[in-house]
Amino acid sequence: MKFTKLAIIALAAVTAGSPVLAELEFPAIAYRTGPFGANGAEVADGYADYMTLLNERDGGIGGVRINAVECETAFNAEKTIECYEATKDSGALVYTPLSTSATYQLIPRVTADGIPLHTMGYGRTSAANGDVFRQVFNFPSNYWNGASVIVNHLLDINDGSLEGKNLALAYHNSAFGKEPILTLEALAEIHGFDLTLLPIDSPGQEQKSQWLQIRRERPDYVLLWGWGVMNQVAIQEAANVRFPMENLIGVWWSGSENDVTPSGMDSDGYKSVAFHNAGTDFPVFDDIQQYVTDAGLSAGTGENVGTVLYNRGLYQAALLAEAVKVAQEMHGVADITAAMMRDGLENLVVNEEIMGAIGLAGFGPSFEVSCENHGGPGLGAIQQWDATAQSWTMITDFEESDMSVIQPLIDADSAAYAAENNIASQCN
Amino acid sequence: MLYREAGDFKKSYAEDSQTFPLKLDRYAYYTVLAIAFLVVPFVINDYWASAVLIPFLIWSIASLGLNILTGYCGQVSFGTGGFMAVGAYAAYKLMTSFPDLNIMIIVLISGGITAAVGVMFGLPSLRIKGFYLAVATLAAQFFLVWLFNKFEWFYNYSASGQISAPTRSMLGFEVTGPTASAGAKYLFCLVLVVLLAWVARNLTRGRIGRSWMAIRDMDIAAEIIGVNPLKTKLTAFAVSSFFIGVAGSLIFTVYLGAVDVGDTFGIQKSFLVLFMIIIGGLGSILGSFIGAAFLVLMPVLLKNVMVGIFHWPSDIASHLELVIIGFLIMITLILEPHGAAQLWRVTKQKLRLWPFPH
Repeated sequence: MKFTKLAIIALAAVTAGSPVLAELEFPAIAYRTGPFGANGAEVADGYADYMTLLNERDGGIGGVRINAVECETAFNAEKTIECYEATKDSGALVYTPLSTSATYQLIPRVTADGIPLHTMGYGRTSAANGDVFRQVFNFPSNYWNGASVIVNHLLDINDGSLEGKNLALAYHNSAFGKEPILTLEALAEIHGFDLTLLPIDSPGQEQKSQWLQIRRERPDYVLLWGWGVMNQVAIQEAANVRFPMENLIGVWWSGSENDVTPSGMDSDGYKSVAFHNAGTDFPVFDDIQQYVTDAGLSAGTGENVGTVLYNRGLYQAALLAEAVKVAQEMHGVADITAAMMRDGLENLVVNEEIMGAIGLAGFGPSFEVSCENHGGPGLGAIQQWDATAQSWTMITDFEESDMSVIQPLIDADSAAYAAENNIASQCN
Repeated sequence: MLYREAGDFKKSYAEDSQTFPLKLDRYAYYTVLAIAFLVVPFVINDYWASAVLIPFLIWSIASLGLNILTGYCGQVSFGTGGFMAVGAYAAYKLMTSFPDLNIMIIVLISGGITAAVGVMFGLPSLRIKGFYLAVATLAAQFFLVWLFNKFEWFYNYSASGQISAPTRSMLGFEVTGPTASAGAKYLFCLVLVVLLAWVARNLTRGRIGRSWMAIRDMDIAAEIIGVNPLKTKLTAFAVSSFFIGVAGSLIFTVYLGAVDVGDTFGIQKSFLVLFMIIIGGLGSILGSFIGAAFLVLMPVLLKNVMVGIFHWPSDIASHLELVIIGFLIMITLILEPHGAAQLWRVTKQKLRLWPFPH
């Protein structure tokens, strides 16, 4: 008797849990725990809140509701694989792993399974060559664009010449940190600056010796390629060795509130490159407030709305939602598949009109994705931290990176990948 | 009543010294093998292969390897992660340098290379013992990870320092790469696990294993009765590193497909394997499997129960998972300090007497 009751309850639970209506599956591979959990949680909040907003305000995209279930990885490769295998057959439309190492593991898998992968501002840079990496997208900017934008900014403030200057790169000793080295070495040759490489082991709490070396050698500029706790420690250490803060420039993963607030006033003037805006001065945030925060549907506590990383998660969700719209229009189906999603991503056009329509005018650069170019135009701006006002200010516009240097590198690296894996040109 | 020797007559020395003296055990073992080889490969899907069974099989090999060194020979090692990295990078260099080489041979050679490296780092064990040896192996861990990060030759000068496994086949079935089927990958690992467990079992109950145990129990006494400590300790390091190298190369080739050395083979992996053998039982083959199952399968099970059935947020589930596993480790070690294998031994003794304990 008891058993039958249990069985009925179990059956009811299973039927209630299974999707009855068509849904757009966005499995959110996220990390709110582990060494990088503090940062991962903000990105995940932004992503989830925008998806919730679309469901609550518009009833999904094109009338189909979004199902964005999170899968926790703790920034761990094995758990990422577990999450991927668990969700890939549920009709997953796109994956966003927020980890460069995990991206390398997922690229062959998504290519075999035909599911798109969107690595926004991280991942394998040469995936920008859509001719080789059919399923992988890394618009609007990648690491090599970021490195080049930083160097361009340094050129600007040094009257166009970095001859004889000494740049140091303090990087997370992993795939993520090593990515920009190739570009920086090429740029060093062109512009005549010296490049010192300072690897910092994950997670990066221990970097005394690297900063002692910086103190001894006094490089003119230090580029920071870190994530999570490594950034906080680096900025504090830079302050400790009295390194001028405005000469310390981070990648976009080293440019959030989490990185600068722990060192208080010391971090005033710290710069980082960015591919989107921070703050809540955009109409979409009114809707977030009304439909998500006030309705008690926030993924997080609701306090981090408008931070750099929250906005990044939101931006990514917004771009993916636009790609869904493109896909729905192209194929005339509302309940799209992963293959249609890929077409949507590949034909995505983002301009001020489209961004204005979703309440994000001026939030990020305008760009177009094409079959050959999955990486967008690679625009970036420099933002600077104001410790008194506790806010980031854009000190440049979204500017172009040196594609004459980057494109040959992308072509060479992706050609090597294509040769290794017998991938033929697929765009023509 | 059922679980006992009575009526099971041994007629030869070979029968008398078999691994499973009880009929019931023997049948259970053959049944498990038959199911693992004949049923599972045909019903397995990608999730069960990539998230559950392949990691379990591979970590079992690693934990068997460390159990030989620590459990049987008494030499504590924190270098497991580093040695696994040697196996992975050896496999990568072999795969890219000799594209036609069979993947099984690649895995075994990379185990051999790891064995050589292990012997090198085992040399200090002749002079230092206990905690001091542990620190020396810890140095191996950090040195090896640093080495594979530092020198670009190891990762063929790729931009990111990542290594990726190309597709390789065995008997016409792809076993590495993204298009390999779940069943082929699983069978490949299973064959290696069964083979290596058989080797480990027969090594540990023979002359070599007894000399390892003699060194573990009291090295001076062992030396006096004629056990050569140099040979014994170095064979333990070699065999153990061979197992660990095979596990590392399987993690890279079959399981993950791409590896970032600091992330995949960091110090936490050395501890993970050490915990496996402590929880499973030092000096026990079965214990190696139980320990690997506990630390690899339990998190996946807990996650699926909490997120899949109760629909809890996955981050809370992830926090709870750590709490629950920590709690279970404490309970196991308080109730049975010699690990789960000892628990099984005690149960077996009780089963033989049941239902008449007096």
